[in-house]
Amino acid sequence: MSKKTALNESHRLLHARMVDFGGWDMPLHYGSQIEEHHAVRRDCGMFDISHMCAVDVAGVHAKAFLLRLLANNAARLTQPGKALYSCMLNEAGGVLDDLIVYYLDNHHYRIIVNAGTTDKDLAWMATCLISWKLQATITPRRDLSMIAIQGPNAREKVWQALPETRSATAGLGRFFAAQLADIFVARTGYTGEDGFEICLPSEHVQNFWDELLKLAVKPCGLGARDTLRLEAGMNLYGEDMDETVSPMDAGLGWTVDIADERDFVGKSTLLAQAQQRQLLGLVLPSGGVLRAHQRVLTNQGEGIITSGTFSPTMQQAIALAHLPLGVAVGDTVEVEIRGNRHAARVVKPPFVRNGRILV
Amino acid sequence: MSNIPAELKYTKTHEWARLEADGSIAVGITDHAQELLGDLVFIELPEVDRQAAAGKEIAVVESVKAASDIYAPIAGSISAVNQAVADAPELVNQDAYSAWLFKLKPDNTADLDKLLDAKGYLQLISD
Repeated sequence: MSKKTALNESHRLLHARMVDFGGWDMPLHYGSQIEEHHAVRRDCGMFDISHMCAVDVAGVHAKAFLLRLLANNAARLTQPGKALYSCMLNEAGGVLDDLIVYYLDNHHYRIIVNAGTTDKDLAWMATCLISWKLQATITPRRDLSMIAIQGPNAREKVWQALPETRSATAGLGRFFAAQLADIFVARTGYTGEDGFEICLPSEHVQNFWDELLKLAVKPCGLGARDTLRLEAGMNLYGEDMDETVSPMDAGLGWTVDIADERDFVGKSTLLAQAQQRQLLGLVLPSGGVLRAHQRVLTNQGEGIITSGTFSPTMQQAIALAHLPLGVAVGDTVEVEIRGNRHAARVVKPPFVRNGRILV
Repeated sequence: MSNIPAELKYTKTHEWARLEADGSIAVGITDHAQELLGDLVFIELPEVDRQAAAGKEIAVVESVKAASDIYAPIAGSISAVNQAVADAPELVNQDAYSAWLFKLKPDNTADLDKLLDAKGYLQLISD
């Protein structure tokens, strides 16, 4: 039996095609995922992301806990509202999840975790907390719903829907958040466009969604979410990395702060093992679609596509792929598509950001 | 509710077939099929003069979600392909019955009788 967000009925009323995602009944699209994708790059679209989970970590040892739990360094967070993208690793250096942590104050952080990994993450965090004998509380905020409003006009639409937030968030920098009464506004996203991700009590999310609809904000589903994040070069947990993959091999070495004496879960393994593969982008100049699990043939050995799609912005197939270390940006490699080999160009992601093609 | 024009013939694999005035058979995918596939982004059409066997793969349509083989409804040789639709696959999503993919010169026009009629296709997709 799939779990449902507070907006489930709204999606059905809008004739969404629903799918199961991580155990949740979610909208894949509302008619055309390509139209939804274009709306986000050109104007404004909104996503119900209430299947993800906000987890509040609070208490005297909240910071100490996160310093040890996360591969990125929570000590970097000193300004109220500042956000940090990080992996959470297991002892073998494999990725348990990727997440964003927001610093609210020294004793209060908010973490947003993926839908499919929420239960696993919470169990892991609880185990670590007990094992390290730290004084902190971990509270999954199932009372909150979340909407991502993304696109060049997104913030303006949010201010029109929630006028009380305008003055406090007009100056909010990218990768910062603010808590205003019971509305949490974060200038973050998973699309490569500007915008806000908003957490608010579930009893208010329907009104907020309806206000945005009245302002002609386009509802967008998981289909568009995937093409947008892939164009933006953002990893998807479960596809581009999982517990068997080190962040270094998944293009996430930049999120691991390994330089100082801070000990964190998985650090010793990462220090002991050399990088084995790299994650780079592919563009297919010819027609066709790149898809996960397609083999990549290079002069340095074989690779594999982890995420592939057709980029609506570029009008070409793009992919993220695990490749041998010797492959370089600019190389031409071959992808095996239904038995035939097609030339593909190796690029450094992101492919598209802020409406512009970068590769 | 999918659109199923009464005058067309249908296959179990969700193609439609239409006898044209010049005796050729136009073939496309049904409204039900395009709905299931989602936005189409790529279409691979056969070469003109290629021989098509009934029930065998002859073309491919790809959506963001998946690649789907298109099967020739009856045996014949490819007499025309719709390059305009190949260049703009979204036309299939917009109007599946005007966006024919290819035409074939049938080996035997009577083979059309073996296909499903609109009622039969409705039954198929309702089960």
